[in-house]
Amino acid sequence: MSNRVVVTGLGAVSPIGNDLSTFWDNLLAGKSGAGPLTRFDPDSFPTPFTTRIAAEVKDFDPLPFIDKKEVRKMDIFIQYAVAAAKMAIEHAKLDMEKEDLDEVGVYIGSGIGGMNTIEANAQILHERGPKRVSPFFIPMLIANMASGQVSILTGAKGPNSASVTACASGTHSIGEAFRILQRGEASVMITGGTEATVTPLSFAGFCSAHAMSTRNDDPEHASRPFDKERDGFVMGEGAGILVLETLDHALARGANIIAEMVGYGMTADAHHLTAPAPEGEGARRSMIRALKDANLEPTEVDYINAHGTSTDLNDKFETMAIKGAFGNHAYKLAVSSTKSMTGHLLGAAGGIEAIVLAKSIQDQVIPATINYEFPDPDCDLDYVPNEARKANVRVALSNSLGFGGHNATIIMKAVEEV
Amino acid sequence: MADTLERVTQIIVERLDVEADEVTLEASIKEDLGADSLDVVDLIMELEDEFNLTIEEEDAEKINTVGDIVNYISAKVS
Repeated sequence: MSNRVVVTGLGAVSPIGNDLSTFWDNLLAGKSGAGPLTRFDPDSFPTPFTTRIAAEVKDFDPLPFIDKKEVRKMDIFIQYAVAAAKMAIEHAKLDMEKEDLDEVGVYIGSGIGGMNTIEANAQILHERGPKRVSPFFIPMLIANMASGQVSILTGAKGPNSASVTACASGTHSIGEAFRILQRGEASVMITGGTEATVTPLSFAGFCSAHAMSTRNDDPEHASRPFDKERDGFVMGEGAGILVLETLDHALARGANIIAEMVGYGMTADAHHLTAPAPEGEGARRSMIRALKDANLEPTEVDYINAHGTSTDLNDKFETMAIKGAFGNHAYKLAVSSTKSMTGHLLGAAGGIEAIVLAKSIQDQVIPATINYEFPDPDCDLDYVPNEARKANVRVALSNSLGFGGHNATIIMKAVEEV
Repeated sequence: MADTLERVTQIIVERLDVEADEVTLEASIKEDLGADSLDVVDLIMELEDEFNLTIEEEDAEKINTVGDIVNYISAKVS
């Protein structure tokens, strides 16, 4: 008999707000976080960047969360994770001094890790030689270090790991944390995803792969999932972290329970480096596995927070995958892509979107897919166009689909009998 | 010498996030100022840049206190 698992705390650093309430208010208001690039000058390179827009985190200050001396030793993706983790712990009213720290674990994924750090030190290596590469270079860049630093700074000594599965990293991490709690290997898990790759090298790579929108003159309308005029994703950044705990532990400490985590599924496409499998068959099987794990009928799902990247193939195939998994019910449930507002947070996407699931269940409201103007015959579901909607949300599902053909799905449910 | 101490103090304050009055000639970089082995490597790189010199590894290993740094730099640049 496995433990029941509940969500008790949420923390967000995002392109539309650096705390949970700002993020959620802006999401319901339909605000876009996209704008022209400011992190680097796209005109300072030998040839122009085809994409010159991003959904950047604005005015992030690490100092309320991290000592100045330690900030220097952390890539920004780690700083985002630590800030969001500390906010999630506070939101959960989890008193780490009273917890059995051996029972508190961390599972935070990142798709890429410390890209800023890699680029800066590669330049130093070539210009000034190996002796000038920082001794903090490796511990700043490795993708597991968000989990490492969160444990160091919070004292959490339980199970600790990280998933690195591109854009599915956050969802895999949350799913694995869920399993650890179900199995009784920890009482509390601090989990989610983090990413900070608004850098020249990662932009150059994604541009060459023709993955990002080139709607440079109209950034706020560039991320338009499921719309016929979509032309690629808009890169976002940030961190979404949740506190999950066993129901027993949450009840024992009188925690405020936001939602119950009930299902997790994952599959591989076994198809292509970057393109999704035809008809989204890998994503379809991932959703079916998660439904089975949750012991739910497809007809019980009210809301799907789609991967919905705004690329041609993803949105078309994810729509087919939803139809494959849900049959006629696909046309009755609501599907939205909050990436229309946040941009695509890559390895952090699953973290921030798990927060959307929990909040949609708690507040009984579904955020919109903004920038939805021109219907695409290939995308014919109810995408909650342009305006958030009050709705009964008892069961909500989130997909994350990553390069490499990694598919992951989680399901949350309103807490009913306890 | 006074000038060297001032510049060294400034770097240590910045890198190790300590107060300037803690940075005395007698202060041990690891024990009193809280540096770990990676901090020491980082600090030495910064000193090399600031004073435009190379601190050999065997010399770096002998550095314990702020005074050791100041003496080493004074000897090298004079």
